[in-house]
Formats: sequence, structure tokens, C-alpha cells
Amino acid sequence: MKQLLILSGKGGTGKTTVAGAIIRLAQVLACADCDVDAPNLHLILNHEGDGERKDYFGLPKAFIDQNACTMCGRCSEMCRFNAVDVGERTAINGFACEGCGLCEAICPENAIEMQAVAAGDLRLFKDEEKGVFSTAQLRMGNGTSGLLVTQVKNQLKNAAAHLGFAVIDGSPGIGCPVIASLSGADMVLVVTEPSMSGFSDMERILDTAKGLRADTAVCVNKADLNPKITEKIKIRCEERNVPYVGEIPYDPIAVKAVNDGLTVADVKCPAGDAVRDIFHNVMEVFDGRRRV
Amino acid sequence: MNIAVLSGKGGTGKTMVSVNLATVAGPSVYIDCDVEEPNGHLYLRPEDVEREAVDVLVPKSDPDKCDGCMRCVEFCRFNALAYTLDRLTVFTEMCHSCGGCKVICPKDAITEYPRTIGYVESGKSDNVKIHTGIMNIGEVAGIPIINRLLEKIPESGNVFIDCPPGSSCSVMESIKDADFCVLVSEPTVFGAHNLNMVTELVTVFGKPFGVILNKDIEGERNPSEEYCIENNLKILGRIPFDKELGLLSSEAVIAARENPKFRNLFTEIFNNIREAAL
Repeated sequence: MKQLLILSGKGGTGKTTVAGAIIRLAQVLACADCDVDAPNLHLILNHEGDGERKDYFGLPKAFIDQNACTMCGRCSEMCRFNAVDVGERTAINGFACEGCGLCEAICPENAIEMQAVAAGDLRLFKDEEKGVFSTAQLRMGNGTSGLLVTQVKNQLKNAAAHLGFAVIDGSPGIGCPVIASLSGADMVLVVTEPSMSGFSDMERILDTAKGLRADTAVCVNKADLNPKITEKIKIRCEERNVPYVGEIPYDPIAVKAVNDGLTVADVKCPAGDAVRDIFHNVMEVFDGRRRV
Repeated sequence: MNIAVLSGKGGTGKTMVSVNLATVAGPSVYIDCDVEEPNGHLYLRPEDVEREAVDVLVPKSDPDKCDGCMRCVEFCRFNALAYTLDRLTVFTEMCHSCGGCKVICPKDAITEYPRTIGYVESGKSDNVKIHTGIMNIGEVAGIPIINRLLEKIPESGNVFIDCPPGSSCSVMESIKDADFCVLVSEPTVFGAHNLNMVTELVTVFGKPFGVILNKDIEGERNPSEEYCIENNLKILGRIPFDKELGLLSSEAVIAARENPKFRNLFTEIFNNIREAAL
């Protein structure tokens, strides 16, 4: 399965809007939302029902058997995450606990046990017309979002192995969930915006992708809001030898479409037309690289 | 007062709001906890910048002492250790620095050494002190950088903590010392959906909070406002969708420094925050 991953570095540049439009335009039958921290793609794909739900288990958390605990405080001393408070009784702070298991290993009374905790929900939608959609939501107060991203992608691969092409909506930033989503991506479309913040964040995500040897292309959303910076981004892409695949204008019709639960490809608007061109260009780059 | 600014969804205007509030509330401290993509320094353009490295401890094994028992490999839940051929390999970027392998090793073969994962840059811009966390490219987790940043919070005065997007561990870490949380929203269904998530987050942590409606267009539907009304959330202010504000912010210019109209707007919002935080 070939994977097109949509990333941005900076949040709110329009990843999900672009991903949704491409999915609709190209009638993509395999897609996933890897922004497990703040998923939104489901809001415009409109799959019916709740799909198949599965618990996601991240790393386990420590639990104390109060009857066995002698309050010796060794666990609190050794925990590097300040997750153990020894007051009137020994208590684990589940938000701070990273699940390393050191306390369990060193407790002289064997009073601590690591237990699996559901840290999120995985969902899988299958529809004959709309295809396969894999998504997840991390439950509040949990880390290990990278592991959940990997499971979202595995769920998609298992259910849609027969489908040749998948679109994956990524998360902002350059850390754990982004790096997990980059693994196995054949092509990364970076959606940026013409602002100093967008420019700076684009550089950081391109560096991150380059470090992982992922192929990238860049497009600018809301390009007309600051044409000077849009031009600067274009020049920077040339310098970096990263294909610049197009610009999307700021489009109030697009905003309204998304608020009505539609993709920008569902309504006739300048933003929809622009995404069509961008998708065409991305696929050309994609195909060109494949041939080389 | 420590004020954390967060949003769930990215790009709703956290940084724009934080730097403008820090400007009108000056003298103040601005702390950028979005260590993956820090942008506040682009607006504030700090001077006299001092840089300090943030290190974490990672293990290494002495091959002369290691007898290959693999207790450490079995112990490590982060998959940061592997024993291949005749020695221990450490995948340092997977390591959470728990120190467990060193404690577990029966041969005392493991020691730890510091590894730099990022920086904190501190400087000044007029009457705003700035601390920026910057995670190195290729690193996965910036929590230790956020913790270093939070050590910079002074005993008193107005502190603005610009949080990362999302609602996971790095956001929780960023708000832990906050007295009040400001949730910045945008008028889209995406914004409203993620506003719901951060509302739950600040509620679980028992933080008082209010919402700023950013990019608000008069007379048009605002899903985030609808969410606030339905759930009886405190609205701290509205920032209208404004071409000039958009253009200034895209150039990373602090609007409150440029135009009295914006200075007044952010002063009013800051006063509302103070009132709400009482």
C-alpha cells in the first residue's frame, strides 16, 4: 500500500481540510487519522455509526497494594517521574507515571504491580462506498501517542491491504506521533501557511522528514493572505530542492463547507479547485520518484 | 499569576494571544512550552539571549562487566535496549531515562551519561522576559525541556505559558503550575470539537478557565461559541476576524505594540482574565 501522509509542523494550517478534499477528489478508499491527540477527520468523512471500537493499551501503570505496603518510601525515592507520593499512604499519580516498572522491581514487599490501563480508543470504519477509515482518540492524560499512531496505521493496513493507495492525516509538531506516522510513508505533503510561524515550522518538519529519509512536497494554504511570505516559502523550497506543488487561496466558502461537515471538494469553490491541482502535482512527483 | 494558554486544535491563535497578553500585562514573563514548534520568539525577538542545554540521562554498558544476562533488556518497557552479538545496544531516543536498567543490572555494568535533547533560550523584549524551549530535530519527547522551562517561573508577577497543541502529556505538563487557563478557540467545527477535549482536560485538573473566541465573524455561525453557551463556559473576550491583525500576526508583529485598537482589545481581555481568576 502506497501512503500519502499530510503534515504541517504548525497546527491549524489546513492538514485535515486538504486530506479530506484529496480523499473525496481521488475517491481514496483507505484513509487514517493519525492526529490521535485531536482527531478531526471523522467530522468531514461522515461515516455512519460508531465503527468497530477497540481499547488501546499503552504502557502499564503502577498500582499499590495498600495492605502490603509498609511505607518504606523506596519507590518514591527511585521514581524519576515524581509519580509516587508518600504521605499518609503511598499513592501513585497515574498522570505522572510513565510505566517504567522500576517501583515494581525494587519494592521489598512486592506491594506494587504494573497493570494495563486503557489509554485510548481505536475505531475502524468499513463501508462499501466510502472504503476503510482508521482513527483513534487518546484518552486524556496519556502519553505514548506514537504507539497509538502505529496501531492506527496497522489497523488500516490489515483492513485495507488490498487497496493500493492510502491518505493519512498527521498531527502537528515534530515529535513522537509525527515520527511514528512518518514510518512507512511514501510521500509527505506538507501544508503550510504564509506566516513567519508557518515558515519556521515548515523548516523544522522538513528537517525531521529529511532525517528519516521521507520524500516531501510543500503546498501553501491561505496563500493570498500574505503573498510576500508565500513567495519566500516558494523560494525556500527551491533552495531545499523540495517540490512546491501549489497554493490554496483563503476561501470563506471552504470554511463554511467544513462547518457543514463537507470537504472542500464537495462544493464548487476556488479552494477545492486548488486542491485538485495540488493533488495532481503531488501524484506526478510521486510517480516520477517511483520510476527513478 | 500563572496563566496557561491552550487550545487543543493547532493554529487557533495561542501564540498570537499569549504574546499580545504578555505585552499589555508587562512587566511579565512569557514561556513557550511548544518545544516542537516554538514561535513566540519570532514575535518577541528577544535580546541578550542566553542558551542552556537540556540533558537527559541515558545508559551505556561496560562490555567488560556485562555477562549478557539480558535482565535490563527484559526490564525496559520502552524497547530502548537490545542485546546483539556480544554487546548491549541502546536506542537512546527511545529511552525515558527511568534509570531502571542501571538499578536492575546484577553486574553493575550500566552507567548513565547526559545526552542533550534541546535548549532553553532566555532573553528580553521591552518589559517581557522570554524563555523558549527548543527540542532538537529528530527527538520524540520534549517533557524534560518543559520541566526546565517551568523552573523559570518567578515567585510573583504575570506569567504567560504558551502550551503545545493537543491534550496529551506535554500539555498536561505545561499547565501543571497554572493558576488559570485560557482556552483559545476558532469558529470551526474542528475548533469546537477540540475545545471540548481541552475543556475536559482543564476540568480534570481542577483549573479555573475561560474561553477566548478568536477569528470571530459577526453575524456568522461560531461552533465554539455555541459550545460555550451550551456548557455555560466563561467567555473572556472576542477577537474579531481582522485583516490587519491577520497580516501583522503573519509577519510575527505584536499587534498591541503597533495599534492602540489592539492594545485596548488585549488589555480588556487581560482585565477579564484577572477578574475571572479571582
